[in-house]
Amino acid sequence: MAITKKQSAELAKQVFEYAPAPEAVDHVKIQPRYGLFIGGRMVDAHSKKRFPTINPATEKTLSEVTDADEVDVDRAVKAASKAFDSWARLPASRRARYLYRISRLLQERSRELAVVETMDGGKPIKESRDVDIPLSAAHFFYYAGWADKLEWAFPNRKPKPLGVAGQVIPWNFPLLMLAWKIAPALAAGNTVVLKPAETTPLSAMVFAEICMQAELPPGVVNIVTGAGKTGSLVVTHPEVKKVAFTGSTEVGKLIQRAIAGTGKRLTLELGGKAANIVFEDAPLDQAVEGIVNGIYFNQGHVCCAGSRLLVQESIAEPLLEKLKRRLSTLRLGDPLDKNTDIGAINSRAQLEKIQGLVESGVEEGAELYQPECVLPERGFWFPPSLFTNVSQSYRIAREEIFGPVLSVLTFRTPAEAVEKANNTPYGLSAGVWTDKGSRILWMAERMRAGVVWANTFNRFDPTSPFGGYKESGFGREGGVHGLLPYVELN
Amino acid sequence: MDVRKTYKLFVNGEFVRSESGRAYRPDGGGVNVPRGSRKDLRDAVRAARNAFPGWAGRTAMNRGQILYRAAEMLDGRAAQFVELLGGGARGRRELDQSVETLVWYAGWTDKLPQVTGTVNPVAGPYFNFTIPEPTGVVGLIAPEEAPLLGLVRRVAPALCGGNVIVALAPESSPLAALTLAEVFATSDVPAGVVNIISGQRKELLPWLASHMDVNAIDVAGCTGDEVKAIEESAAGNVKRVIKFKQQEQSPYLIVAFMEMKTIWHPIGV
Repeated sequence: MAITKKQSAELAKQVFEYAPAPEAVDHVKIQPRYGLFIGGRMVDAHSKKRFPTINPATEKTLSEVTDADEVDVDRAVKAASKAFDSWARLPASRRARYLYRISRLLQERSRELAVVETMDGGKPIKESRDVDIPLSAAHFFYYAGWADKLEWAFPNRKPKPLGVAGQVIPWNFPLLMLAWKIAPALAAGNTVVLKPAETTPLSAMVFAEICMQAELPPGVVNIVTGAGKTGSLVVTHPEVKKVAFTGSTEVGKLIQRAIAGTGKRLTLELGGKAANIVFEDAPLDQAVEGIVNGIYFNQGHVCCAGSRLLVQESIAEPLLEKLKRRLSTLRLGDPLDKNTDIGAINSRAQLEKIQGLVESGVEEGAELYQPECVLPERGFWFPPSLFTNVSQSYRIAREEIFGPVLSVLTFRTPAEAVEKANNTPYGLSAGVWTDKGSRILWMAERMRAGVVWANTFNRFDPTSPFGGYKESGFGREGGVHGLLPYVELN
Repeated sequence: MDVRKTYKLFVNGEFVRSESGRAYRPDGGGVNVPRGSRKDLRDAVRAARNAFPGWAGRTAMNRGQILYRAAEMLDGRAAQFVELLGGGARGRRELDQSVETLVWYAGWTDKLPQVTGTVNPVAGPYFNFTIPEPTGVVGLIAPEEAPLLGLVRRVAPALCGGNVIVALAPESSPLAALTLAEVFATSDVPAGVVNIISGQRKELLPWLASHMDVNAIDVAGCTGDEVKAIEESAAGNVKRVIKFKQQEQSPYLIVAFMEMKTIWHPIGV
């Protein structure tokens, strides 16, 4: 049934609205309050202090969790210590089976986990559903396979586990960061005390249920909730032999200082200020998609976000035009809606930090662009933003904003691009867009960053090592390299 | 009457006196040794940083040949070093092991990426691989015992991967370390790649550990208290603190001086 020219012209005038498509939440049971996961079961805490965890899109309280104190952390570490001997001595193939079980359970409960993640953290459901949860399950599946193959990972050595690992994770990818921490630790025969972030503890509480469902031996995984103080108790506990932290560079430095001289092993995955570099021969439409994915994915709450766009001067104008047009099509709103591109900012504190840095950008003289965008009345929101006229000395070009804010700079020669890309104390990731293969490798060689995405951005995989150079931290997570922090080789 | 040697610091490929004009006599002996200062250290870090891209950019084979050349030069001065090491079978053994260590690591330069790099089978249409790259400027603290071998055991693996070095000579017996500088100076090691400073540890260590342009620091030659202080200062710029036992000789030690870089590219037509 062909349409006439007239009909077609009328259709073109119409504005198409998306119908709301919210993910159902009735299948998810969030408890009104949570204790701590210690010694294989949920226990009442010694600490009587609790704090609410809210849905940042509605500001409604989802649940109350425990603010674990010194006694609680000590109990958790003791439980992990007690479990260590038998866990480490378990035939490695059995350890593998537990990890496989966990991976399968994560897959089985993925819909529930995606909804919990989105409600607790504010990220779009399409991201928690398609990225966070599947990658978490994949991570356990990958490291399950390593558990009984460690001697092939470290030729000429007999790798041994270290003991209790104290792990502190951030709020941007709550379950995925949990998986990155717990899977390799357990595969290598360590036991774990993990502290999820203050604003996003709920998927870790579901994970505690999964550990019980998997009949993981008591004490192998322990989860204590709380704020920075609880995290500090975990990493400084004398029986913790290995510390793994993902979060800000500022806190990472505090931890490195706090455990100096203790002999604890340490890995840090810290902040970033990645350059995403677009050369004039790059396919512009693809580059625009990559730039958008690089900085607006997960509201820019990504340590490896491509927050500095370096465009070759000759194409700056057309690229920015395309980018601005693309920004105006991004859909901001209900994170549970399947069509949402940009969800809620994780917390009020983070929103204020973003607002402060954006104000500084305007004050310092950069030009702010934000598409027309209606922000919901309740909750924490920030529109996708980009700055032009940015000088390298501006705070928005130097500091990690951890929000949907892009700083655009230009360059003329590849050498200048390298110079600007590396002009930061960070070194977590970098991006390069060009049609020329030899230039990709030339750039990749020179950029001081742990992950280089060429003609793509923000890709993750359990087989692919991730981690930073310089002040973005040390140690790698993922791949065979991700086992190294959890074994003793002597 | 013999012509006595003036011992000097080795900075940026040159033999220099301490800018402070100070010297000390290790073990109350008759030889003056420069007592390096914070500024000497700063000059050394700067020289190392400048030398880094060039050294890291050499081909693996070229770095291997230069390390092997250093072994040749060291072996060629065997008699001198044995004497500096106190002579006898013990001195001879230390010299032999030092030569052997250089030869061993010379052979690793072009194998390390093959043994420690990976191709990662990601679940998607991407080619993904991981390669080791040097960390950058590395601080080394030579242990007081085994004044030659202790230093060689760290200089060799750090150079192997393409790092550049600022090393503190053993305070109580620095002569072998300062003479080792002459070996590197005649081995085609580019200026600034290896810098050796003598002086007092308790004066120099805090500056080395807190220097913002030093990327990693090896503490095999340090006491427990020193390690604690170094780790505290290292946090200032998230330095990698490398803690292997002194005798360690393995690709795992080379890797401790390296960063792993992972590169993704889509596969498509």
